[in-house]
Amino acid sequence: MTLKVKYFGLIAELTACEEESIEISATSIAELIQFLSEKYPSLKSKDFQIAQNREIASIETTLTGEEIALLPPFSGG
Amino acid sequence: MNEKKIKNVFKEGAISSEFIGQAIAKHQSKTTIGAHNIFLGQVRTDEINGKKVSAIMYTAYEDMANEKFHDIREATFKKFNLTCMHIYHSLGQVNTGEICLFVFVSSPHRKEVFEALEYVVEEIKSKAPVFGKEFFEDDTHQWKVNQ
Repeated sequence: MTLKVKYFGLIAELTACEEESIEISATSIAELIQFLSEKYPSLKSKDFQIAQNREIASIETTLTGEEIALLPPFSGG
Repeated sequence: MNEKKIKNVFKEGAISSEFIGQAIAKHQSKTTIGAHNIFLGQVRTDEINGKKVSAIMYTAYEDMANEKFHDIREATFKKFNLTCMHIYHSLGQVNTGEICLFVFVSSPHRKEVFEALEYVVEEIKSKAPVFGKEFFEDDTHQWKVNQ
């Protein structure tokens, strides 16, 4: 499937882009993280959460094709 | 599902004292209110490895953040007897000493606003996908992490 993936903060700095479309055969968030870690090796050492369709998702979550975002630790306020 | 319109809490740049003053003035007509409580987040001159922070550049996953702010509002109204609540957060550059977060809660009585304000601010810190890039005086930077 084709996934729209957004990157924020420190993560966007590592990927050098804020958004991209990726073609992927992965079915879970865990497989997606593995795919992205191969594409961007520096992700491996970073702390981040994944949101699917604007909700935080655990690594077991099934990919639905909706928008994905990689979110580093929050620092609002 | 809740059909209430999702508000945009973000403002470009620092939140001015005039804006905060006007927000207070607008509530003078709401005379069932007996107590307001206000939280103002201010950008601090942190010193890290001998270098001083001069500003924070805020970015956010705006769609998700506005949904989270909405959820926090709804949960707070359920938990506490509030008359009204307003939340504003900066995006873009905010210099040290300037205000980046303004939370304003109002109720007939004081007890509710003390508890509600702390709840709202802690929820924002932990749930809103907002990211602060701390700039130092020598133009280097680091990404802030909430304590």
